[in-house]
Amino acid sequence: MRKALEGSQAIAQAVALCRPQVIAAYPITPQTHIVENIAKLVADGKLHCEYVSVESEFSAASVVLGAALAGSRTYTASASQGILLMAEVLFNIAGSRVPIVMTCANRAVSAPLSIWNDQQDSMAVRDAGWIQLYCADNQEAVDTTIQAYRIAERTELPVMVCVDGFSLTHTLEPIDIPPQQQVDAFLPPYQFARTLDPRKPISMGTLVSPDHYPEARHSHHQALLNAADEIVAADADWAAISGRSSGGLLQVEGDPDAEIAILTLGSVHGTLADARELHPELGPVKLIRLRSFRPFPTAALLQACAGLTDLVVLERALSPGGGGIVGVEVKAALLGLPNPPRVHNFAVGLGGRDVPLDIYPRLLQTVRSQPPGPFALFDVDLGRLPAEDR
Amino acid sequence: MNANDQPTIPITDLRHRQPRFQGIESGHRACLGCGEALAARLVTEAAGPDVMIANATGCLEIFTTPWPESAWRLPWMHSLFENTGAIAAGMEAALKAQGKSTKVLAFGGDGGTFDIGFQSLSGMLERGHNVLYVCYDNEAYMNTGIQRSSSTPHAAITTTSPAGRERMGKRHLKKDILTIIASHHIPYAASASVAYPCDIRQKVRRAMEIEGPTFLLIHSPCPLGWGHDGALSIEVARLAVKTGLFPLIELERGELIGAMPLRDPRPVTEYLRLQQRFAHLFKDDPRARQELEHLQALAERNIEYYGLKGTQDDPRDSEGADTVRRGGQRWA
Amino acid sequence: MIEVRIHGRGGQGNVVAAYLLATAAIDEGHFGQAFPAFGAERRGAPVVAFVRIADRTLRRRNQVLQPDFLIIQDRALLKVPGVLDGLRPGGGILVNTSLDAATLGEQLGREVVTLPATQLAKTHLGRPVPNTALLAAFLALTEMLPMTALTGALGQKFKGDILERNLRLIEAAAQQVPAGQWKEMAHAQGA
Repeated sequence: MRKALEGSQAIAQAVALCRPQVIAAYPITPQTHIVENIAKLVADGKLHCEYVSVESEFSAASVVLGAALAGSRTYTASASQGILLMAEVLFNIAGSRVPIVMTCANRAVSAPLSIWNDQQDSMAVRDAGWIQLYCADNQEAVDTTIQAYRIAERTELPVMVCVDGFSLTHTLEPIDIPPQQQVDAFLPPYQFARTLDPRKPISMGTLVSPDHYPEARHSHHQALLNAADEIVAADADWAAISGRSSGGLLQVEGDPDAEIAILTLGSVHGTLADARELHPELGPVKLIRLRSFRPFPTAALLQACAGLTDLVVLERALSPGGGGIVGVEVKAALLGLPNPPRVHNFAVGLGGRDVPLDIYPRLLQTVRSQPPGPFALFDVDLGRLPAEDR
Repeated sequence: MNANDQPTIPITDLRHRQPRFQGIESGHRACLGCGEALAARLVTEAAGPDVMIANATGCLEIFTTPWPESAWRLPWMHSLFENTGAIAAGMEAALKAQGKSTKVLAFGGDGGTFDIGFQSLSGMLERGHNVLYVCYDNEAYMNTGIQRSSSTPHAAITTTSPAGRERMGKRHLKKDILTIIASHHIPYAASASVAYPCDIRQKVRRAMEIEGPTFLLIHSPCPLGWGHDGALSIEVARLAVKTGLFPLIELERGELIGAMPLRDPRPVTEYLRLQQRFAHLFKDDPRARQELEHLQALAERNIEYYGLKGTQDDPRDSEGADTVRRGGQRWA
Repeated sequence: MIEVRIHGRGGQGNVVAAYLLATAAIDEGHFGQAFPAFGAERRGAPVVAFVRIADRTLRRRNQVLQPDFLIIQDRALLKVPGVLDGLRPGGGILVNTSLDAATLGEQLGREVVTLPATQLAKTHLGRPVPNTALLAAFLALTEMLPMTALTGALGQKFKGDILERNLRLIEAAAQQVPAGQWKEMAHAQGA
């Protein structure tokens, strides 16, 4: 039954349904409501777990790592500065191949200081070796969180569930919270072969010399690539139980014969989807939403882009001095097509600048009137900058 | 001229004529009754203009610097949440290398000091940097909406230490930061309270004169987070001191050298009762009664440990200090 | 689709108001969406909250630039530039003030509905939080949802004495605005 829930509340409930035993909590906007809601569940006896209020995000990630190794299912959430502060631990967790699930409530990164939504934080740690799944709406945040635990525990790779801050975390909308039995049917108890156990002692985190290091890295990379199958399977299996699919690796909608497509990650997709429906007169357009960014879904992307003349990559972060992040990876992947589309790469809504519905017609106008230029912020107001900064 | 041929000065001019340095300008965006805003103003007034400030993430930096405005009349930097001690250390090293007299101040809330910023604070103290670190202690992560920190008193309600069937608020004791600071053997460390502004000024001036690391812990009520009217901030702060729950002490190289005596120690309930964050302790529940006993025991332990029992009429004690007397009556 | 923009200050509960309104709509089987836009986190800062109600799922996440209705929780906010921007022709403005509608309307140069929501809240709740009263008035004006939807949504958050007081407040507030005055606008947009 659909209930009105704020995104953070819904995510907290989804986490509780997965029966984590250890939760590390540290406040940072815009994920704080998630850990607060969980605290209330614990205080009311509705969730039985060790709730550890840590002293920093660095410790939050470290606490869940220790707990996961000691044999418990875990959870933590962070954003922005917190993601960066725990970055060292994120690499450590992934490289150790430990199944941990966390929420990244996507938020811009200082400096300049911002509490508002963009995806710079999760993009900044894309090389840490985590699976990264980007949610389009809060229902998906709930379903993906549940799927994430299965994916993590089957692949022995940590999963970062990315949920746009404010746009999703603080947005109330109708949500279906699945019943406990459905989640229990889907998610077995925590399973991790390499737990630390006095009955079968192992050593984790040893020094690895050049004699062994490249093999470990290859293995990690392969595991991430292979995780694509698990991501698809988890979505399909959950859909069979709950009736809801979240799109697997990527989701394509719109006109299958369209020659123009717009590719995004996260909640801005919803705005584009509504805008597309409002503007049938602008012609057929495909909308491609990347749900999995790591592993990067090359095969699925090539399939979605076959036959396109123009692809707009509309992202929520950038690499200063380089340009787009998603755009660069998409362009590289598209080299696998005999006739790859022209790629128009823009960032939009950085630092939480509102992305209005009319971005759709304006993007199409740009695509149709000029060849792709260098990466740019689509909604920047250059007039406000001194000449030398333009 | 008035009736007695005495020159008169309009009240509005008086303030401008007072030789008082203002480090923080009015117009900042703090909540009504914010203890931290008051404390920061008092500290910067007493510290004077030749300072440089490193400020941790938290309420103070947020409400003083909504770009493009700033309330600071002093050079000021906000970097991150966890590195204030290190930023300050860097500033100090540079000023030292340049032979400048500017004193470095580091400002942080309890979250940024007791928790996430603890490592860099400890490093700064241990290396002996000439920095005055001021911790504005409102006993929780307030800017993110009232979450517990290790400074939150036990049994206090915050959003991450709520009360419920299984819980009576925060389970763990308020971290005794001054004892940890004392272990660094720094020349001067002290606790203060916004209820005693002159005491704050004195302690700041003392710290400013010292060459080496100094630390001030200033108890700063947060009406929103503690659950009381903004107009009661001073009274609440004073009761924290008068009950013995927040003793005002001074340490030199880890040794206790002074404490504000309590002329008339009040029961902790007088303090707790004023705040919503302790409201659950006044319900008819054996666990609540137990927590009240715990808190009273803590207060009494402080009184004994720090020797806070005062004699009568000490002008520097909890009743004498910062007291305005008008017409023989003591005003709050 | 009906779009509402609620202007308030941190601590006045306009975000909660938005959530309550959307919850009421969702509980009645409609699609509802509510979210805030604020500046830095602090009490007293201007906060805007948005609500969309429709009979089909909406997927957009952009801010409401062209509201059908505006609810202003604090008369002083009328001085903030842009507060009234984008209101659709025929759209309604509900202002929390003790001024009467004619006087305020003349000051602003536009038609408004007024409600002394803070007074009502102080009377019935003992606290000057105007949001419930304004929501009740809004529903009375638009008749877009039965009042039971609002009381039901409140019943999910509050129990006992506080709920009772809120229910009485809702009743009082609803009576102080011309019932159904915005019904046509709400109906026209509501499809």
